[in-house]
Amino acid sequence: MTHSELQTISRQLKRDVIKMITHAESGHPGGSLGMADIFTALYFSEMKHDPAKWPSVEGQDLFFLSNGHIAPIWYATLARTGYFPLAELSTLRKIHSRLQGHPATKEGLPGIRVASGSLGQGLSVAIGAAMAYKLDNRPEWIYVAMGDGELNEGQIWEAAMNGPHQKVDNLIAFVDRNRLQIDGSTEVVKKLDPLPDKWKAFGWNVLEINGHDFAEILAAIAKAKTNLGTGIPTVIIANTVMSKGVSFMENIAKWHGTPPTKEMEAKALIELAPTEWKDYDDPAARVYKGRN
Amino acid sequence: MPIYPVKDNKPTRNAFGEAMAELGQSNPDVVVLCADLKGSLKLEKFSENHPDRYFSIGIAEADMIGTAAGLAIGGKIPFTATFAEFSTGRVYDQIRQSVAYSNTNVKICASHAGLTLGEDGATHQALEDIGLMRALPGMTVIVPCDANETYSATMAIAKFKGPVYLRFGRPNQPNFTEINPDFQIGKANVLNPGKDVTIIATGILVWKALEAAEILQAEGLTVRVINIHTIKPLDVEAIVTAAKETGAIVTAEEHQKNTGLGDAVAHVISTQFPVPLEIVAVNDTFGESGLPDELLTQYGLSTQDLVKAAKKAISRKK
Repeated sequence: MTHSELQTISRQLKRDVIKMITHAESGHPGGSLGMADIFTALYFSEMKHDPAKWPSVEGQDLFFLSNGHIAPIWYATLARTGYFPLAELSTLRKIHSRLQGHPATKEGLPGIRVASGSLGQGLSVAIGAAMAYKLDNRPEWIYVAMGDGELNEGQIWEAAMNGPHQKVDNLIAFVDRNRLQIDGSTEVVKKLDPLPDKWKAFGWNVLEINGHDFAEILAAIAKAKTNLGTGIPTVIIANTVMSKGVSFMENIAKWHGTPPTKEMEAKALIELAPTEWKDYDDPAARVYKGRN
Repeated sequence: MPIYPVKDNKPTRNAFGEAMAELGQSNPDVVVLCADLKGSLKLEKFSENHPDRYFSIGIAEADMIGTAAGLAIGGKIPFTATFAEFSTGRVYDQIRQSVAYSNTNVKICASHAGLTLGEDGATHQALEDIGLMRALPGMTVIVPCDANETYSATMAIAKFKGPVYLRFGRPNQPNFTEINPDFQIGKANVLNPGKDVTIIATGILVWKALEAAEILQAEGLTVRVINIHTIKPLDVEAIVTAAKETGAIVTAEEHQKNTGLGDAVAHVISTQFPVPLEIVAVNDTFGESGLPDELLTQYGLSTQDLVKAAKKAISRKK
């Protein structure tokens, strides 16, 4: 898929996110929009995955979302790649929905293997899955995404010690480095810089990219994959903009967890121009059928 | 009353280690994660025989629970190993989200539970762990009574699909049950028949319940003794039957009164068949340093305490 096609898909996912959260009147748009490009690169280009095989791990790359509050972008991505019907996106955060406020397995939503939301746990889980893949000599990859604010949690750094110790060079972690968390700048709430040095000191292969540039995202993943055999896992620190693509929401910490109003939704959907994939509530809306 | 000859005195944790060594041979999906307590949990044999499936996680219990959840997602049967306090209170939220709510097939194996950890004192004496774990939807909670039952339970949970909390301990303990390849999770065992009162005990208090039954029998009372090795799911039928047939109940556990076995049994009988109930447990206090038997006496968990509680329960019958 060309970068231009990926950009279009990412824009559609952002439209989905805005519509879902506005409809739910609750949710977390900032990180969801900011990570849309990375989700697009993973699920529409890089990852080997087949929703028809769910829930088997056989032949599947696995993705874990540690900062579960950006569930809307994950749900949109999963629906657009065929894990469940697009129409279900309109049930986000509603009673009886499989699309819980934070990702959950209990309701049986395909694509999700562990609950997340209480922060700091996903890297440990992903490393465990990577260890299982190593034991079984599976050639597939394990991916995990974390928020940067989430790195305040001690468990992340326990896991950061464990990754290289367990030699999980089949794991690629992303940090959504948007430099904002609920109370404001990550550097004011709990200083994280120099972040690459911290990961390096823990023994990781550290790559830093512009998290909105598909060339950089895909090149970083390709580079991480050359690490196989070294025993060293990779963390990609993706410099991103919270709420990327909606000018009046960009880089404002408030949009971590505030839903747009109807008026704001309309404005946002003008900025995020419609695509040929069509909105999820349009009968002509499209689902990606995979590379085969 | 049936006689239960003591085969040997053996710590329950030793039997856990033996079962893990056996599981290492018999089940290639079993993996072990240990938080720097290999010797304490008797995992030397497993780690020597299966270095590829033994993971040293270091003193990082939160990470251990999450990693175990990931291994389960990858198709393995992970057993986590550390002390009871660090297996539960320290990592409650990790267990809640990544194990219980996510229904990952993780076996949380907790040694050195309760007062009888001994000299290390209250920081290490888990007395709230049963309550924490039984509060979680979907969690199975098992507290074997001796070494052989610990072995049987360890083998059984490897076959069982779902999150389990397995609680055992440090000290030498009379080993009096038979190894049971058909260990039934959730099924209480009646060890002694009786009509005047029932002692429902779990863990190392089961042996003390048998001792108390013998003393009371000499005084002309017959005491039903139930070994309730599974706290969750609770064998409600065995409890209600005991309430109906003996009219008085004593519970016994090495745990806080609040949230433990006593609370669980109280809930059952108060809603289904109210009879006098006496709860033998630690009474809303932390432990302290000392020898196991000194501590059990100090905190009201001795055989004599069980005898007194049984008499009191009987005296409260109408």
